[in-house]
Amino acid sequence: MTAPPPDDCLARNDWICGDYLSTRRQILLDAVGQHIQLTVISVVLGLVIAVPLALLARRRRWTVGPVLGITTVLYTIPSLAMFSLLLPVYGLSATLVVVGLALYSLTLLVRNILAGLDGVPAEAKEAARGMGYGPMRQLLTIELPLAVPAAMAGLRIATVSAVALTTVGAIVGYGGLGNLIYAGMNSFFKAQVLTASVLCVIIAVVFDLLLLGAERLLTPWRRAGRRTRGRTRAGAGAKRLVTAGRRT
Amino acid sequence: MNTLSAVWTWLTTAANWSGENGVWNRLEQHLVLTFSCLVISALIALPVALTLGHLGRGGALAVNLANIGRAVPTFAVLVLLLLTPIGRYGQWPTIIALVLFAIPPLLTNAYVGMREVDQSVVRAARGMGMTGTQLVWRVEVPLAFPLVLTGIRIAAVQLVATATLAALVGGGGLGRIITAGFNLASTPQVVAGAVLVAVFALLMEGAFELAQRCAPGWARGRIR
Repeated sequence: MTAPPPDDCLARNDWICGDYLSTRRQILLDAVGQHIQLTVISVVLGLVIAVPLALLARRRRWTVGPVLGITTVLYTIPSLAMFSLLLPVYGLSATLVVVGLALYSLTLLVRNILAGLDGVPAEAKEAARGMGYGPMRQLLTIELPLAVPAAMAGLRIATVSAVALTTVGAIVGYGGLGNLIYAGMNSFFKAQVLTASVLCVIIAVVFDLLLLGAERLLTPWRRAGRRTRGRTRAGAGAKRLVTAGRRT
Repeated sequence: MNTLSAVWTWLTTAANWSGENGVWNRLEQHLVLTFSCLVISALIALPVALTLGHLGRGGALAVNLANIGRAVPTFAVLVLLLLTPIGRYGQWPTIIALVLFAIPPLLTNAYVGMREVDQSVVRAARGMGMTGTQLVWRVEVPLAFPLVLTGIRIAAVQLVATATLAALVGGGGLGRIITAGFNLASTPQVVAGAVLVAVFALLMEGAFELAQRCAPGWARGRIR
């Protein structure tokens, strides 16, 4: 145990190990690639479903209750159960993980898009109508852009949660970095578990910053009024955090 | 169709419900784990949140804890704790991970609840000569109660979900039925376990909903 085998950090099974990074670079890159792919596809899928749902709920008020109710019920189901419930439909596939994660993002996205649309000032809509805008043009050029900040808040939470949740996909073999954590647990490979966990957090933080940057680019008008409105917006953000739980 | 009937057969087989690996035993483990962790995390988070909320400090701490908590995968924390020396002490890695993840919602909600108490009411109470302790217990906590309760509800539902994940690292609870099903390559058992877990989580959410509906007005935030 001491002399014959090379006395490097891999042999000692250290938590932090440079040799691990250099020898398993390809495995790590593949896992990161799969992780990012699963996360992005599922959040985009969630967005594609959430926007029409939110618009429907806005147009026909009676659908608000059922839409929010069903998405909340889906959100309550634990991730391990969600992936398992979809098993007969999709089998052991990446689609299963993507669909499960997309279902989770629905609650956050629909709620926030609706909140954003509801928060559009009545004066802005009246002004648009006064200028002769039709309903479609009003929606596309006035209401949706003004709903962007609230929607982006939901999108950021949904994306960060999806990055963390993807790891559970390891149960069906499509968990990105979760696969490495799962394998590392079974072989007591400390460096692999720690490296994969840290990479997960880094991916989440990078996505969050990217979306924050995108939000700033999409809403140039907010920078001008930031000084006066910043305070109330921050307050609204805190409130939103309170009502949305975390997925596990 | 075939899977559905197989799931139904699994659920209605008495042998699957009794014994060490049976549903009842797993349910008991799940309940014990959820409630003990809820109590531990409430004992840690609520005093801190109420104190900070009363003093009006630490808002950034509460919000950042909630944000960081989202980014860290529960599964990763469970495995990391399992591989540390703590891992040798049976249930402790699971309990620590669960408590860690239940603290942010409790802390954030209680803190925000305390901060959102109408400041004119606080000033009036001070004007009546209330001391700090009286102010906390007679004015701020009753008014913040609805949000504190929401925090407890979110934490409880999250604990149910996380206790399921504990099965992935060899812990007990209902998740074990699912992981055992995967190991046996038995889709009916996996789906039956998933149905049980989902129903349990929804029942937990429903119980809180009901409790909040039946609670007296002040606990629901009707009286302002």
